[in-house]
Amino acid sequence: MTAPVLVIGIGNPSRGDDALGPLLIERLAAQDLCDVELLTDFQLQVEHALDLTGRDEVIFADASVESAEPFEWRALQAEHDLSHSSHALSPQAVLDACTRVGVMVPPLANLLAIRGYGFELGDAPCAAADRNLCAAVDFLVGYLRMKADRRQD
Amino acid sequence: MSHDLETAAHPEGLRRVAIEPLSRVEGHGKVTLLLDEDGHVQQARLHIVEFRGFEKFIQGRPYWEAPVMVQRLCGICPVSHHLAAAKAMDQIVGATRLTPTAEKLRRLMHYGQILQSHALHFYHLASPDLLFGFGSDAAKRNIVGVAAEYPDIARQGVLLRKFGQEVIRVTAGKRVHGTSAIPGGVNKNLSREERDGLRKEAYQVIAWSREAVALARRLFEQDLEAHLRFGHFAAHTLNLVREDGAMDLYHGGLRARTVDGKTLFDHLDTDRYWEVIFEEVKPWSYMKFPYLRELGPQDGWYRVGPLTRVTQCDFIPTPLADAERRAFLAFDAGRATGATLAIHWARMIEMLHSAEAIKELLNDDDLLGDDLVVKGERQSRGVGVLEAPRGTLIHHYKVDENDLITRCNLIVSTTHNNQAMNEAIRSVAREYLDGREITEGLLNHIEVAVRAFDPCLSCATHALGKMPLQVELLDADGGCIGTLTRNGE
Repeated sequence: MTAPVLVIGIGNPSRGDDALGPLLIERLAAQDLCDVELLTDFQLQVEHALDLTGRDEVIFADASVESAEPFEWRALQAEHDLSHSSHALSPQAVLDACTRVGVMVPPLANLLAIRGYGFELGDAPCAAADRNLCAAVDFLVGYLRMKADRRQD
Repeated sequence: MSHDLETAAHPEGLRRVAIEPLSRVEGHGKVTLLLDEDGHVQQARLHIVEFRGFEKFIQGRPYWEAPVMVQRLCGICPVSHHLAAAKAMDQIVGATRLTPTAEKLRRLMHYGQILQSHALHFYHLASPDLLFGFGSDAAKRNIVGVAAEYPDIARQGVLLRKFGQEVIRVTAGKRVHGTSAIPGGVNKNLSREERDGLRKEAYQVIAWSREAVALARRLFEQDLEAHLRFGHFAAHTLNLVREDGAMDLYHGGLRARTVDGKTLFDHLDTDRYWEVIFEEVKPWSYMKFPYLRELGPQDGWYRVGPLTRVTQCDFIPTPLADAERRAFLAFDAGRATGATLAIHWARMIEMLHSAEAIKELLNDDDLLGDDLVVKGERQSRGVGVLEAPRGTLIHHYKVDENDLITRCNLIVSTTHNNQAMNEAIRSVAREYLDGREITEGLLNHIEVAVRAFDPCLSCATHALGKMPLQVELLDADGGCIGTLTRNGE
């Protein structure tokens, strides 16, 4: 059965703070979370829209060079942007693709943008990024548990 | 072979146009054009902006980590790196011949990778240009535009890629960062349920792949003379072939032929690649320029990838794809066989071959076997070569007595095609840009030529805010006289 909530962690684990998305997924996997499916990938593609089928909510987690510290949390809407012309789509473009590939109405969507600083190949995440990640994990675990409680009510 | 337009005779005083980075191309790439006062192109170069450095990164790691670590080179074709590294490590552990189960599982994974990558490239990246026109409205010239006007085509592309990804998931153990190919074999077989689940969809995937070949042909024919001429250049070729000359994307010997069809070497043991392929460094690019040693650095550059493989194999060992290969070779008295835009057509023939090969493998009970790993006499050097979606991929490692990697050399398909891509953009610059006012639509013609090869220029990060798409017009002193930003605004 499809879990109502999907968390997608985006990034390359070998590129410094780009690993924040996959690392968040690893840490969530160690938690006892109900009704949540975890997915990690290097980058978003149009077929990720199919992963959104039957979901109540999707959360995209990615490193960001633009967000405030330690992270930003914001709602996303489907958006026709020019990331369609790249090998990697933005989360908004994936939501936009939902209607095109049969998912029809995209689920509720949020972005967890974790502030990163360095993205060199072979580097480990820096200490500041790791602190941001810890804060993001704490926040997201609380959020997911709160949502699970509400579903049970 | 000419290097016309590689270096301007008098670069001083020329206007510089930079396309940076290229859209719908993995990683960061940049094209610079130098124009004189009358707008004539004096120099055109494809640059690689970011240095990969992976060969250093892998040094000092235990050899058995390599097949997993190297997947982080590329978000589009990690499986190709996984398998090429595993093939090299087979040699390190002395596994001269894998078990039938291991060999077939790896092949299944590889054909899944080819299928999903080719589907992504054709439907997602190339079809917008081909369906709407190279100079059409940029806001419409994308996969969403295709989905709006051609929903069946867009949906087929998505589902074909999804099937390829599913083949990878069940064979590699995970959807990304798979771990199943290990030195000497694989660490998992296929369950009957996994096999049967894929088998149910295989015939539909073949049917869609046949439609894709027909679509690629139709799009090529619709503006035949322009498509035959677009980005045209003559090139030597390099590819793998099976012992009987058949196309084999997973394993074979090296075949190189000249522009005139003369065979330089055939069925060459891939372990000896370094005897026949040298790499030249040029001061203006981070990416090396490989060449066939026998022909020298000036004339020895070559083209790899789908067009080379389809035209240079003796046959394709699956019936539907081979029929399409023969039709492709015969088309218009063979004129498509050297056309840059015909790479898309050849790519779809390979996708059909992959779909057929997957179906055949899924009917083979060896996939369910449990004899997974072999080992032999430990070696210190391993070379793994296969045909990745974009062309020949070479992994070469040396391992010390402590099992640590001491040297790594990778020649990826984009590097093989470095000079060929430069030739293609120079051809386009000469024909479409020379003497004309530069517009976004005209610049897209350059990108169309690069996208035909679909280079993995590097494996870039994709963090939010890390990939601005920008075209800069600079004067000869480097002053910015105009900027076009591709950020949707």
